[in-house]
Formats: sequence, C-alpha cells, structure tokens
Amino acid sequence: MRNLHLITSAQLRTDIPTFKAGDTIKVHVRVIEGDKERVQIFQGTVLERSGAGINEMFTVRKVSAGVGVERIFPLHSPRIARIEPVRQGRVRRAKLYYLSNLQGKAARIKEKVTTPSGK
Amino acid sequence: MSFSLGKKLGMTRIFDEQGNHIPCTLIQIGPCWVTQVKDVVTDGYTAVQVGFQLIKAKSVPKAQINHLKKAGVEPVRFVREFRTDEVSGYKPGELLANDRFKAGQLVHVVGISKGRGFAGVIKRHGFHGPNASHGTHEYHRHPGAVGAHTDPGRLWKGLKLPGHMGTARVKAKNLQIIKVDSEQNLMLVKGAVPGPRNSLVEIVLSGT
Repeated sequence: MRNLHLITSAQLRTDIPTFKAGDTIKVHVRVIEGDKERVQIFQGTVLERSGAGINEMFTVRKVSAGVGVERIFPLHSPRIARIEPVRQGRVRRAKLYYLSNLQGKAARIKEKVTTPSGK
Repeated sequence: MSFSLGKKLGMTRIFDEQGNHIPCTLIQIGPCWVTQVKDVVTDGYTAVQVGFQLIKAKSVPKAQINHLKKAGVEPVRFVREFRTDEVSGYKPGELLANDRFKAGQLVHVVGISKGRGFAGVIKRHGFHGPNASHGTHEYHRHPGAVGAHTDPGRLWKGLKLPGHMGTARVKAKNLQIIKVDSEQNLMLVKGAVPGPRNSLVEIVLSGT
C-alpha cells in the first residue's frame, strides 16, 4: 500500500477545497471538443464522496430542465479545472442516496448554520 | 533480452495528460541475482537462472543454499530460469540492473492465476447458460446437452465441462510500461497481471 501511494501521490491534487455530502458546489469541467478546450460548469448538490486516494470519486446531482442529472467525477482528475463551493448543507448522512427519489420541495437541503468561533 | 522476477504489489490508476484513466499494476522488480548461467556444453541449452527475495537461511533447503553459494548469492525464496540465446553478458552472483526496463516498452508478465476451485461452465468457459425463466425448472447455469446419439456414441475430446479453474501459469502479453523507478525497484505496467497481490511474477521484455 505504501508503494501504491508512493506512485500515485504525485498525481493527487492539493487544490481541492473541503466539501462533503449535502454541499452545493460548482464543478468546472474541462471539455475537449476537437482541438478546442473550454470549461463547462456543473452546479449541483454533492450526494456522496467515495473511495480513497487517487480513486476518490464524488457524485453531484442537479435538476436540469426538470430531469435529474447525477454526474460522477474522479476527484483528482486533471479534467476538473476547479471546484468551487457554493453553499454548505446541513445533512445527517454521508451518502444522500435518498435524495435521488425526492423532487421539488422535498429535495431541499437546509443551509448549515455556522456559529462564529469562540461562542 | 531483459527479464526479471518480481512481486505484484497491487493495482491502481493514474491519469494521462488528457485526463484519461490508465488502470495499472504496480510490480516490485527485483532485486534479482544471477544464480547460475547455463550453457550448451554443460547443460545442453542456454539460460540464466535468477534468484529473488532474500530470506532466512533456515527457511531454504541446504541443497539450495549450497547451490546459491556457488554463485555467491544469499539465500533466496524464489529461483527461476529464463531461456535466452545470449548468456555471455551474465555472471553468476551479479545483481540484475533494473534500468534495462524503460517506460514505453512492452513486457510479458507471467504469474500464477488466482484459484477458482471447481468452477462451472459459465465461469470457466463463458457459457451463457440456459434460460432463467420461461418454465426453466432447477436447471440454471447448466452446460446443456454435451453430445449426440448412437453416432458417435461418445463425447468429443476437449469438450468444455465444469472442472478446476485457476492456479495456472498465465502470461499477460504486451503490457506497456508506464513508469520505472529503478531506485525503489518499482515498475508500473498498464493493465492487469495474473495472480493475487504479493505473488511472484516473471517479467520478460516482449519481442526478445
């Protein structure tokens, strides 16, 4: 395991902000079309983070034109230009599988209330 | 001709410049020592015998220790032979250098595959199996008919039937070397390699 980590550690990204399930994030995805490259933004709720090390993946769900879209990204992929946290959600699970079955008002997530430190 | 013994350490993935995943296997290559060089005059054929993985002397049969002593090699767990026409470059006792392997080259990797025990035809030969429904009664994952009638009155030789699967010598051919770290004795090859983690593998440069 130590050696496996050794060989992949160079590819681990250090510019990933902390985010977890329930948070709303913007994923800036590099899209290669022919010889042109542009950045596409996928904004949605994080359903889960799974795996570890270079295998870590995360799932983002958004409702696009009334259709639920879930996209799974490799966390350390070079195709991700940037991850931008938008909003922290208050959830009681690490994996929000139940969210896929809900829609409309039921699928809302309360924003996490952060108390100022020291209080 | 480049060859080595090694240990399969496990699989992982890396990303290339375009962001594609490359599934790869990490192999510890060596350190290996030449334990014997076989030539036509004394042995009838040419080959290089290689030892790998140092262990305590008490775990090795005395006959093998003395055989290794002739080459001046410490007790090793594995001794394997590589057939090659050109043996003049090898001296008994010499450490095999890992920088003979370069990223981009293709290698064959031989290992002992994971044992599957007594396996049915679906797992062992990739049969599709009979219908799961439409009146099928207690006849799942079966091979179906195996032969004809009075003519020929026997089964064909080589018929695919259930039986023991795995624990066989398997060669994964032409795996691309992604990276070699000769200081750490590590090699990363693209794709899977036969056998469980921590098992012995033989690595031969392809086309040689």
